[in-house]
Amino acid sequence: MTPFKERIPGFVFLLFALSALSALALIAAFLFVEGVPLIAKVGVGPFLFGMKWAPSQGLYGIFPMIVGTVAVTLGAAVLGVPVALACAVFLTEFAPRAVSAVVRPAIQLLAGIPSVVYGFWGLIFIVPAIRTWFGGPGLSLLAGSVILAIMILPTIISIAEVSLNALPRLYKEGALALGMTHWQAIRTVLIPSAKSGILAAVILGIGRAIGETMAVIMVLGNAVALPRSILDPARTLTTNIGIEMGYASGDHQQALFATGIVLLLIIMALNSLAQVAVNRRRT
Amino acid sequence: MTVRRLAAAGLAAALALSSGLLASCARPEAAVILAGSTSVQPFAEALAQEYMKTRAGLLVEVQGGGSAAGILAAQSGTAGIGMSSRALKEAEKGLWSVEIAKDGLAVVVNPANPVTDLSLDQLRTIYTGVVTDWSQVGGAKGQIHVITREEGSGTRSAFMDLVMGKHEIDPRSIVQDSNGAVRQLVADDPGAIGYLSMGLVDARVKAVSLGGIAATREDVVNGTYGLSRPFLFVANGEPTGEAKAFVDFVLSAEGQRLLEAQGLVAVQQGGAS
Repeated sequence: MTPFKERIPGFVFLLFALSALSALALIAAFLFVEGVPLIAKVGVGPFLFGMKWAPSQGLYGIFPMIVGTVAVTLGAAVLGVPVALACAVFLTEFAPRAVSAVVRPAIQLLAGIPSVVYGFWGLIFIVPAIRTWFGGPGLSLLAGSVILAIMILPTIISIAEVSLNALPRLYKEGALALGMTHWQAIRTVLIPSAKSGILAAVILGIGRAIGETMAVIMVLGNAVALPRSILDPARTLTTNIGIEMGYASGDHQQALFATGIVLLLIIMALNSLAQVAVNRRRT
Repeated sequence: MTVRRLAAAGLAAALALSSGLLASCARPEAAVILAGSTSVQPFAEALAQEYMKTRAGLLVEVQGGGSAAGILAAQSGTAGIGMSSRALKEAEKGLWSVEIAKDGLAVVVNPANPVTDLSLDQLRTIYTGVVTDWSQVGGAKGQIHVITREEGSGTRSAFMDLVMGKHEIDPRSIVQDSNGAVRQLVADDPGAIGYLSMGLVDARVKAVSLGGIAATREDVVNGTYGLSRPFLFVANGEPTGEAKAFVDFVLSAEGQRLLEAQGLVAVQQGGAS
C-alpha cells in the first residue's frame, strides 16, 4: 500500500479536477431549475416551434431564433470551412518552414482577438459595405456569417492541421512512389485519410460559431422574425439571452434560461458528434 | 509531522487570503445606492459626480439594471433609491416617488433623409411594418429600416404606450440594446429610423417633428409634444439621511440646471408625492 504522504498529491489533483466538473454540473443544474418550469408552462412544442417571441404578451416561441442560429452558422461554415481547410493543407504540404513559422502564430493570434473587437470591426466595416453593395440595412445574416467565418478559422485550421500531420509518412511516400503527383496525393490519399479529424475540426468550429454572442449581437440586427434572405436581420439563441437579460425578470428571465437549455443541448450534441468522428478513426 | 506542516501552510494561506479580502473591502462604503433605468443612469451618474465634489469622502453609487429592476430594488431595499423611466404602475403606487425630470422621446432619421415631419399615424404604420418605403411618407424612394429597442427596455415601453397603443412593433425590425447603438445605426444608415431619449440627440442624427410639433424642451414642458415620459426616483418610504440629502440636491436649482444642461427637461421643485 502506498504511504499516506504519496497519496496526497493524487487526492489534491482529484479535488481540482472535480471542481471543473462541478462547475459544469452547477451551471447545468441551474439552467434546468430556472428554465424547465417555463418550458413546462408554455409547452415544449409552442416553446421550440412557436413563431412569436413577445415576453410582454407572455409569448415565448424561439423557432425564429433556432432558424437564425442554424442559418448564420451554416453561412459561417460555407464561407469559413473551405478557407480553413485550404489553409491547413497549405501549412502541412506546401508552406516552406519560414512561411509557416509566420502564418501559424498569426492564425493563433486570430483566436486571441476578443469577440467584441470582431463585432466592432464588423459594425464599422462589414455592415456598411453590405449596405452599400447589396442593399438592405446591412445588419444581416450575411454580416454575421462573415464575422463568424473569420472567428472559426483558427479552431478549424489548427485541428485539421494536427490531423493531417498525424498521418503516417508512409501514406504520402507510398502515393508518390506509385507515380502520383503531389496534388493527386493530397486530394486522393491525404485528405480522405484525415477525413475524421477534419470532420471533427469542422464540427468544433461550428460549435464555436453557435456559442458566439457578443460579435453577433453587434452585426446581426437581432430581429425576432424568420429571415427571408441573407440580407435580413435575424436573432440567434445566444444573442436572445445577451440582448434581453439586462431587463428580464420573472417568466421572461426564465425563458432566457430555457433558451440556454436549448443551446446547451445543441452544443452537447455537436461535441458528441465530434467525439464520434474522432473515435471512428481509431477503430 | 507532514500533516501538521500542511495544516500550518493551509492556515497561513487562509489567513493571507482573508486579510487580502479585508483589505479589498477597505474602500468607502456607498452612502447612497441608486439602481434602475439605464435611461436615467447617465444623468444620475453626472449628478452623483457633481454631488460628490461638494461632499468629500461620500460615495454615491449608481447602477443600471432597467426600470423594472430599479423599482424592485427600491421595494426590497437593495438600493436606497430606484430609478425609473416610466410612470409607476397601479401595483407600485405604494412606493414613495418623485419626478426628477421629464425626458422627451425623439424620433430620429439620418441627416441625409429629406423627411422632416411625420404624423403619429405615419410613425405607427412605419413601426407596424405597413409602410415600408420612405416614398410613402414623403421621402425619397428607399426601404425604411426600422430600429427598435429590446423587450423590457423602459424606452421601448414608453414608445409602445405613447405611439403604438394596442398595435405591435413589426418583429422584422432591427433590435438594439441601447440608446447609443440606435443613434450610431441611424447616423450610419440613410434608410434608418429609430427613437431615443431626447437628451441624447446630437448632430449625427436628425430628430423629426411629429404632426408639425418639433421635439423641443418648451413643447415637452407645456405638453404639446406628445412623446415624453417622467424620470422618477422611487424609494420604499420617504428617504432619510444621506439619501434625502442627495434627492434634495437633485431637486435643487443646481441639480435641475445640471439636468437641463444634459438635455433633459427640468421639473418644478417639490413635486414629491
